[in-house]
Amino acid sequence: MSMTTILQHCLTGISLGGAYALIAIGYTLVYGILRLINFAHGDIFMMAGYFMIFALASFPWPVAIIITLVVTTVMGIGIERFAYKPLRNAPRMSIMISAIGVSYLLQNLSTYLFTAIPRGYPELPYLKKIYQIGELSASFVTILTPILTIVLVFVLMILVNKTKTGMAMRATSKDFETAKLMGININRVVSVTFAIGSLLAGIGSILYFTDRMSVTPFSGTLPGLKCFVAAVFGGIGNIPGAVVGGFFIGIVETLLVALGYSTFSDAFTFLLLIIMLLVKPTGLFGEKNVEKV
Amino acid sequence: MSLLEIRDLKVCYGGIVALNGISFDVNESEIVTLIGANGAGKSTTLRSIMGLVPLTSGTIFYDGVKINGMETRKIVEMGLVLVPEGRRVFPNLTTLENLKIGGYLQDSKNEQKALEHVYELFPRLQERHWQLAGTLSGGDQQMLAVGRALMANPKVIMMDEPSLGLAPLVVKDIFSIIRKINEEGVTVLLIEQNANVALKTAHQGYVMETGNITNHGPGRELLENVDIRSAYLGKSK
Repeated sequence: MSMTTILQHCLTGISLGGAYALIAIGYTLVYGILRLINFAHGDIFMMAGYFMIFALASFPWPVAIIITLVVTTVMGIGIERFAYKPLRNAPRMSIMISAIGVSYLLQNLSTYLFTAIPRGYPELPYLKKIYQIGELSASFVTILTPILTIVLVFVLMILVNKTKTGMAMRATSKDFETAKLMGININRVVSVTFAIGSLLAGIGSILYFTDRMSVTPFSGTLPGLKCFVAAVFGGIGNIPGAVVGGFFIGIVETLLVALGYSTFSDAFTFLLLIIMLLVKPTGLFGEKNVEKV
Repeated sequence: MSLLEIRDLKVCYGGIVALNGISFDVNESEIVTLIGANGAGKSTTLRSIMGLVPLTSGTIFYDGVKINGMETRKIVEMGLVLVPEGRRVFPNLTTLENLKIGGYLQDSKNEQKALEHVYELFPRLQERHWQLAGTLSGGDQQMLAVGRALMANPKVIMMDEPSLGLAPLVVKDIFSIIRKINEEGVTVLLIEQNANVALKTAHQGYVMETGNITNHGPGRELLENVDIRSAYLGKSK
């Protein structure tokens, strides 16, 4: 394989990794606050794909993007309100099972509403425009995805580390009850968390599907699981960890396909999960829980 | 009328009665202490006042307003705060962030004023403002927990075993701070196992046993009481 081909595949991998990173952040944020693995997250990502298809059928693309993102965000908040909030004081396992329920509900609801026949994802001429960099060629979306991911992560880190809301989020993630004693509105913090996670999944969805041509009700399952692995790999609860995990899985997966092991590329992700859990269950940057008494 | 009035407060966990209809008053600008053995229901009392534990029956009046059933943050907003048992500082936040989160409901002007006041009371917290709270010593964490509660500009501060697990010298510091806060006009409701220090500090004391209040009176008087001396102070009759 020539150097150019390798670089070409790396570029594709970085782009895929960027979309994975955006979705993985949703898992890690929600886990950080609620200690819940939101199994419905991949399906929120899938629903965002459908929202975009329908929005673009009636509106120009900038409006369609905004509609898609708003509707996805509201859906994320709504799911938390109806399926998780009533279980706030229930054992953690109950919320997790509720999340699995929501996941199947979304998949079957969209099968019922939109049928299981793949729907063509609309092409945004803007995003699909091909650029030449030396001998490499890439569509605009391929270049945009990693850049946008980095910018969004940067903004998110400022939000979490420098603002009052972010401080409340960090406090809540450690100790619900004491956070309440500070006068923090826990429900608001949780809603904000789901809003951010869903918004990023919506953005990730647009970037991901633009390169993928079609959406089915099950399009979210595998990417969702991979991004969950990315979050675990980086250390669940840790935002930079999820980003690193997303990029890593995206790049390795693309390179495996390029090397002719495409049948193995999905298996790799889950092998990675098993090895990580065996060797370093807290993930790359996960914190050990050392508590001083 | 007292600032805090507890009437027939009853709390059950499952089928177990934790508080069996207790009543007591906390007058404005006093230090009041609840003493008693483990499992007497002291922490439950404070937690139910803050709305963290649902009441089975009874009423809690604060400043003439019935506060049972209210959300915790509304109670905090009214100026009633709790320093929880075991300090519970946020280990992943810096000292300064911990203080700021204590003033979460304050506007930035009040927050700044409260912060200066807390730094005045606890100069060490200013020295260590950049340090993650989880890496502070136990004594400093307790100071931080008290400072954090003061950031809410409270009228009543409730403390759950502030001396727990601390060296005697640090306990002395904590209690001198408690007296100082009180002299500045803040009402204090204090829970202690260290009955000796607590009763010496408090204006009023209540003795709790298995969900009931069995004795009460001015702190000094309880300190002289023979039965209490033998039960809680480890002194012979």
